[in-house]
Amino acid sequence: MSNLPVLDAGTLLEIYKKAALIRYNDMRVIKAMKAGLLMTPYYSPAGQEIIPSALSVNLNDGDTICTIYRGTHDMLAKGFPLGPLWAELAGRITGSCKGKGGTMHLTHPESGCMVTTGVVGSSMPIATGLGWSAKLEGKGHVAVANFGDGAANIGAFHESLNLASLWKLPVIFICQNNRYAEHTSFANSTAVDQLSKRAAGYGMAGVTVNGNDVDEMYGAAKIAVDRARAGEGPTLIEALTFRFNGHLIGDAAGYIPKDEMASAKQNDPFVTLRKRVLVDDAASEEALDAIDADIKARIEEAVKAAFDAEWPDVSELKRDVFAHELA
Amino acid sequence: MTTDTMNNISAVNLALYDALAADSTLLVLGEDVADREEGGVAGATKGLSTAFGDDRVKSTPISEQAIIGTAIGASLRGHRVVAEIMLMNFTTIAMDMIINHAAKLRFMSGGQTHVPIVIRTMTGAGMSNGGQHSDYLEAWFAHTPGIKVVAPSNPTDAYGLLRSAIEDDDPVIFIENLPTYWNSSPFTKEVIPLGQAKVVQEGSDLTIVTYATMVAPAMAAAAALADSGVSVEVVDLRTIAPWDKETVYASVQKTGRALIVHEAVKEFGVGAEIAADLSDHFFGALKAPVRRLGGAFAPVPYSKPLETAFVPSTAGIEAAVRALLTERDI
Repeated sequence: MSNLPVLDAGTLLEIYKKAALIRYNDMRVIKAMKAGLLMTPYYSPAGQEIIPSALSVNLNDGDTICTIYRGTHDMLAKGFPLGPLWAELAGRITGSCKGKGGTMHLTHPESGCMVTTGVVGSSMPIATGLGWSAKLEGKGHVAVANFGDGAANIGAFHESLNLASLWKLPVIFICQNNRYAEHTSFANSTAVDQLSKRAAGYGMAGVTVNGNDVDEMYGAAKIAVDRARAGEGPTLIEALTFRFNGHLIGDAAGYIPKDEMASAKQNDPFVTLRKRVLVDDAASEEALDAIDADIKARIEEAVKAAFDAEWPDVSELKRDVFAHELA
Repeated sequence: MTTDTMNNISAVNLALYDALAADSTLLVLGEDVADREEGGVAGATKGLSTAFGDDRVKSTPISEQAIIGTAIGASLRGHRVVAEIMLMNFTTIAMDMIINHAAKLRFMSGGQTHVPIVIRTMTGAGMSNGGQHSDYLEAWFAHTPGIKVVAPSNPTDAYGLLRSAIEDDDPVIFIENLPTYWNSSPFTKEVIPLGQAKVVQEGSDLTIVTYATMVAPAMAAAAALADSGVSVEVVDLRTIAPWDKETVYASVQKTGRALIVHEAVKEFGVGAEIAADLSDHFFGALKAPVRRLGGAFAPVPYSKPLETAFVPSTAGIEAAVRALLTERDI
């Protein structure tokens, strides 16, 4: 990757703040699960923090994202507030979705977090429509479709990329290739060695980057977002990464070779990012510690408020099925 | 407005034209819908892109998942969208988008988002289209919370219900009957609310509850029965989900007997739901068990005599009514 847009110190620190929020929030969710407070399938994004953090600093309020069940990091990076997030995880009425969405269906339109889908690959057709709407509106807004490498093998991937490219829609298709589709390795499920090669088949820009490298990820995201805003159409970004847990919490990931996992954790992208911030002098160690402490305090506040909140009334069961409740 | 005649497809076309003129946020998309592609294989959207521009009336590739997904996404940002899935059998390709997303996003978001889209689709036996181009699949959608199902039987209803479906804030499946697209009948331009059935024939001995293609044979059977002194009331549901219980209940209360007729196969169909509901509600007051007539439990066949035999006929409806009238009072 050469000629990448340069990452300035201020932006680097913004990326750090997002990545730290994601990492500490993930740790807190897992802690709550282990304490028996949360009983839900939870798909940890640990190890994938850099991708949405470096992408989201290029996005603004009018931009929208769709993500998948492993998407808490995408939502937090885009600006999903902690209070409604934790209340939703806890299934409370104060949750962003009144407790009716849960871990796999987080929505918060005010921050541009439009859809979290529990279905592999389904973020892409909907993001394509968000992009179409944004293009018609003509204000230069973009739509982001997050998905994993497994999703690149479903039909909706092909339909969405073809349509978005044909109509030159402002959509960023960002494949967070963590190398495992549930339990199946990338090599055992995908006929190409690089998913970005598929972009050529749809006449669109495509690039494979190290999604754990803040410079590469930021640069690729900025180029794609600028291209989309300029009306030059969509981009497929394949961001290589790795997940530090099994498919979901509780899955011991016996299908991942031990040395592969050990090596990934040794090269923890969040730790690398923190070092990078210090090397670049974007912030001092004390300043980062203060940032971390503030994030952790805000998370604790959200956790407490969530579990202190009321459950939804049973009347909510039949509300929001339609615009008006049916008799 | 005027009571002239119009055919069903022109009524659909006119409804789309008027809706596009009335609401600048409305978009139409689907395979071949623009005039470059001649306004669709049957011409239902003819003239619309010329009148309203290619941005608002947009032909898509053959990509059913992308069509519905794109409609959903655009609707989440404030557009209303009419998405055409050319034939109802092809909705199966987009089922994830329809069932998991369009129907559920309002609920799963706690009411923060909603999906005001209409999925127009055509189907029906009668043109020797065979097993993959002819199915009525309304029960699949009626079984899904969050989606409304509409099936007009005539041009006035096609116009009036489509206008309401477009204005509705929930996703609507709008089922048009292909074999009767070019049938003309008297036309009144009016907006017809969703969820209201219509008594299209008054009677006192038995109620036929039906919709879409089966309204015509039900009316023909009622006319034949009237000649022999049997008075049949025919209720056209028009909206299948949610169905108009009030109108159906009032009719069954009056007649004491009910026969439900639809083109879709009888087993596990819409008729089963209505029959069970009526039995629950009127057990003891009914003069006979609620009966159902539907398509044969087979794929829609190609060969003409088989295809004809698949669909409930006027004679079949008449026979079913006579059989019901001979049932002893219970």
